[in-house]
Amino acid sequence: MVRISNPLPHRFAITGRRLVIAAPCVWLLLFFIIPFLIVLKISFAHTRLGVPPYTPLWEWTSQHALHLSVTAANYLFLARETLYLDAFLSSIKVAFISTCFCLLVAYPMAYGIARSSARWRNAMLLLVVLPFWTSFLVRVYAWIGLLRNNGLINNALMGLGVIHEPLVMMQTDFAMYIGIVYSYLPFMILPLYSNLEKHDTTLLEAAVNLGATPFKAFLQITLPLSLPGIIAGSMLVFIPAVGEFVIPRLLGGNETLMIGRVLWDEFFNNRNWPEASAVAMTLLLVLVLPIMIFQRYQARDAGTGLHH
Amino acid sequence: MTGIAGADMARLQTGSLREREAPWKHSPASAYIRIDRVSKKFGEFTAVNDVTLDIFRGEIFCLLGGSGCGKTTLLRMLAGFEAPNGGRICIDGQDMAGVPPFKRPVNMMFQSYALFPHMTVESNIAFGLKQEGMPRNDIAKRVAEMLALVKLEEFARRKPHQLSGGQRQRVALARALIKRPKLLLLDEPLGALDKRLREHTQFELMNIQKRLGVTFVVVTHDQEEAMTLATRIGVMNQGRIVQVGTPQEIYEFPSTRFTAQFIGNVNMFEGRVIEDEPGHVLLESPDLGGRIHVGHVITSARGAVAWAAVRPEKMILSREASREPFNVAAGTVREVAYMGDVSIYLVELNSGKTVRVTQPNTRRHADGAFRWDDRVWVSWHESSAVVVTE
Repeated sequence: MVRISNPLPHRFAITGRRLVIAAPCVWLLLFFIIPFLIVLKISFAHTRLGVPPYTPLWEWTSQHALHLSVTAANYLFLARETLYLDAFLSSIKVAFISTCFCLLVAYPMAYGIARSSARWRNAMLLLVVLPFWTSFLVRVYAWIGLLRNNGLINNALMGLGVIHEPLVMMQTDFAMYIGIVYSYLPFMILPLYSNLEKHDTTLLEAAVNLGATPFKAFLQITLPLSLPGIIAGSMLVFIPAVGEFVIPRLLGGNETLMIGRVLWDEFFNNRNWPEASAVAMTLLLVLVLPIMIFQRYQARDAGTGLHH
Repeated sequence: MTGIAGADMARLQTGSLREREAPWKHSPASAYIRIDRVSKKFGEFTAVNDVTLDIFRGEIFCLLGGSGCGKTTLLRMLAGFEAPNGGRICIDGQDMAGVPPFKRPVNMMFQSYALFPHMTVESNIAFGLKQEGMPRNDIAKRVAEMLALVKLEEFARRKPHQLSGGQRQRVALARALIKRPKLLLLDEPLGALDKRLREHTQFELMNIQKRLGVTFVVVTHDQEEAMTLATRIGVMNQGRIVQVGTPQEIYEFPSTRFTAQFIGNVNMFEGRVIEDEPGHVLLESPDLGGRIHVGHVITSARGAVAWAAVRPEKMILSREASREPFNVAAGTVREVAYMGDVSIYLVELNSGKTVRVTQPNTRRHADGAFRWDDRVWVSWHESSAVVVTE
């Protein structure tokens, strides 16, 4: 059927379906792709004194010629200066250890929630999400109140006579890991829960019926089937933890070198925007790899219809 | 071989097993599974109520009943997934109380098959042996045997989601059989299959059972499945075992109204006992509008309410009254259904009750056949009816 009265050719018609697809595309363009391109551009510029504190990539000279000034110096500097490599490695180490602890704490919690009765389940899920209702910074400061030398924990322990001198917990890796694990725990629990909740418990009965102890049944059935949840949760913790800045700054020691901190220093202390942009771009590249692994697993999970 | 022929063949085979062996006629001490006054409650609800049952080696014992009758709970107690609140379960002379499910000499085929979705067919079947720590080569050999038994050799590397329903059912069976259990529990084994596949699989199941000499305990709600598979049937209702017997006994001599109505079709006539002599019983039945003479003894007081159960195929339809003064009533044909081998008639008796009568179509031409609104007489032989009192 041809509708002659339609002023627009069909392929340009505005339909509800196209609007729905266009909305996230516009969002991504405005708030991801354009800022990304700006940072990419700055990372190839020279630093200078002035506003903005970097040289433009291209200029029209007075002779109406296009003058391009692109430099890879920022990236070369990154590769030469061991500070950056150390910061990257240290960040990855911290993120990895935090992810492992998150997994160790979150798995039993998610398992418990998934196996509890429907009445308790929603209440417990709410408790997991509840911390998000208060500001992240306030929660990190609360940890300072707990961990510092004259904080709640030390006072309680000394009051009980367990210790006579305060334990030094603030400004240590211990405090930093507590802060990161605490803050990112919900991101691990929720994907794990949504995976574990779909498991068919008759599979465990079948395994036990075939002679597996409940623990062996867990290792052979539940654990491999929850792998997509483990990977999803680990990515959600690992990726932001690599770039974490606030928690190491507030709870960790001064010697803890994190790439987020280096980035901050480059931007605000050294006012070296091009160098900072190069760090940001490199960080993005480092993180794209695990994100791609994550995507592949998700696709595979959906492909086999593991839980349907 | 067609499915129907297979089912018929299977019926013949168990028939011969029934006649020859009948292990349940041996002393009860030789029972392989003794379920002794077992009860199970879930909160206020009594799922299994004081069940006592002996099952013998080599049997295919069917627990038959509607949903919620307690048959699955009883099966799960045998597997060890539920602990009885009272009573004892012994398997092969060993009290199962406190024995965890992974240590029981029992394997189970689940209704949903419960195949491990992340493992291949091979790994699924090997699972039981792997738990025992059997050497890899021996496992491979046994898995190959099992794959051959269920004819799935070329599917060994597939994942369960790449199989059809019938193939999954066979994987589940192979996985449950690989440990060579003495007792196999089957929960609605044919429930998820279509009709053609059911008949074929039923025959295969019985064949495998005979070859391996395994004892089967089957849970089903399908009376036809129970009739063809079972050496004996235990009919369950509201947590209790109502009757135990061979399919023939259950069909021909139901002990309660529930059994008679649950298995096959039956016409039930309510009446009062007016004569209870050695050799026969006489009922006065307003349902029939006459008297019912039954050629067997019941233990019931005169005047008590009893029911005479008559199967549709044991009723005779004719245009003339029978000479006997009982087991006969006049009526009008209200519905006729031609089924090929038999025709089904619904006859409204003068008493107002409608009875179901099936008659074999012995002639090709329906010259003498009964038609709608024909006036007819319904009668039966005195040995055909069964009197039940509860």
